[in-house]
Amino acid sequence: MENGTVNGVIIILLIIAFVGLTLWAYSKRRKPDFDEAANLPFADEDEQPNRDQKASAEADSRHDKGERNT
Amino acid sequence: MSTAFEHPTYNYKVVRQFAIMTVVWGIVGMALGVIIASQLVWPELNLGLPWTSFGRLRPLHTNAVIFAFGGSALFATSYYVVQRTCQVRLFSDKLAAFTFWGWQAVILSAVVTLPLGYTSTKEYAELEWPIDILLAVVWISYAIVFLGTIKLRKTSHIYVANWFFAAFIITVAVLHIVNSASLPVTATFSVSIYAGAIDAMVQWWYGHNAVGFFLTAGFLGMMYYFVPKQAERPVYSYRLSIVHFWALIMVYMWAGPHHLHYTALPDWTQSLGMVLSIILLAPSWGGMINGMMTLSGAWHKLRTDPTLRFLVVALSFYGMSTFEGPMMAVKTVNALSHYTDWTIGHVHAGALGWVAMITIGSMYHLIPRLFGRTEMYSVGMIATHFWLATVGTVLYIASMWVNGILQGLMWRAVNPDGTLMYTFVEAVQASGPGYIVRLIGGLCWVTGMLIMAANVFMTIRRGEGARQPLPQTA
Repeated sequence: MENGTVNGVIIILLIIAFVGLTLWAYSKRRKPDFDEAANLPFADEDEQPNRDQKASAEADSRHDKGERNT
Repeated sequence: MSTAFEHPTYNYKVVRQFAIMTVVWGIVGMALGVIIASQLVWPELNLGLPWTSFGRLRPLHTNAVIFAFGGSALFATSYYVVQRTCQVRLFSDKLAAFTFWGWQAVILSAVVTLPLGYTSTKEYAELEWPIDILLAVVWISYAIVFLGTIKLRKTSHIYVANWFFAAFIITVAVLHIVNSASLPVTATFSVSIYAGAIDAMVQWWYGHNAVGFFLTAGFLGMMYYFVPKQAERPVYSYRLSIVHFWALIMVYMWAGPHHLHYTALPDWTQSLGMVLSIILLAPSWGGMINGMMTLSGAWHKLRTDPTLRFLVVALSFYGMSTFEGPMMAVKTVNALSHYTDWTIGHVHAGALGWVAMITIGSMYHLIPRLFGRTEMYSVGMIATHFWLATVGTVLYIASMWVNGILQGLMWRAVNPDGTLMYTFVEAVQASGPGYIVRLIGGLCWVTGMLIMAANVFMTIRRGEGARQPLPQTA
């Protein structure tokens, strides 16, 4: 195969890989795992727990910074 | 440094060392920038000495801000984030300490050798071969500490910030080793093993990926941890962050040729670099939107929290410079912008607006926590720093836009008979006012960094004291 053909095949493979990755990332099946991963910055309990793990409306309406003891 | 804050699990000592050196090198690097900016206004300030001439201090400035300031910040935050999100201590305390002292040794060697004129002449890779070897050893140790820590993790997932940090560490190792390959002639002189157009392409493959992986992927790792932490909510879309990661690292690798438009580089390579630079807008903005949207529903926090303001304005400048970059990579735009001050302005929109602001925001989150506190000594001082940094960046980039377009237009203007309308020195003269405005912008930045240093000093001193809660100032 000449160089141009090889390049074309590689590009098609990369596009397929990228589309596949996107479909995988956005599949419903992955959602619970990703939610868990997204909360990792709040998961290590060395700090005093000051807020619920998931962003909630109550936490957001709070204005006093003094309680923000992360 | 006191050992009073030893964490039961994590190694915070090396994080504290790197965090403090981030502030120190930030002041040194930016002060050097102010000195060379002054030399462009008043050329006599080079003192007529070789060691203080622009050509020698300029690489010292770039090395100090990118590798000393930015590098220390990346070490500090990556070591902190990897421990916190993997819930495990660093792989090796000894090796981590070696990366700290080794990195400082590399920087001090740069401070000595660059003013003496020892340089490999490769932009952003000026250090001579013995220092390059030390740098490679330190960097491989960094990779072992970081990846080893991920291997030991107690969590099932590898948080997205660590993906970005890991990509940054691995890629920079490859870039540095390939680009710095040279034949040593003496202890202070070497010759690149590449020649001609290949040397130029390797240089800008390195140079652009230093931007893409050192100054982008690494600081995106910072963004993915500190923006959610400071906003107190998880990242907007974890799915988007995965697509963002793979798209960014797949595309960045191919954008380097846009630094070599209209040179001896083959034409198809230039066009390829241009097209992939334009595609790069998509992953860049994907990441910016992901960071920004993390604040949705929490925008009111910006009113009271200048640390969060630093992080969000950093993302705005990131979005702006990743739009400007692809535009400047278009060959017809590049014909006007290349070799002018526009490029310098673009670099600083990224370096000051994105890299420095995301670093400073992260440091204001990180430093009190490393010293047993929950807040910096003074929130008011953070707010002052924020405005100095923002105004400084705007002055800097606006003056360089004006200068760049002015220079580009003057250089290409021709008389009806085809001769040049202006001599080069006329364009230099016309740039004078812009250089003064840029100097003022730089002074704003250094002043802000000095305020940060005072704030950090007071935070540490108070932290070492009684550790009673601080009165809240804002």
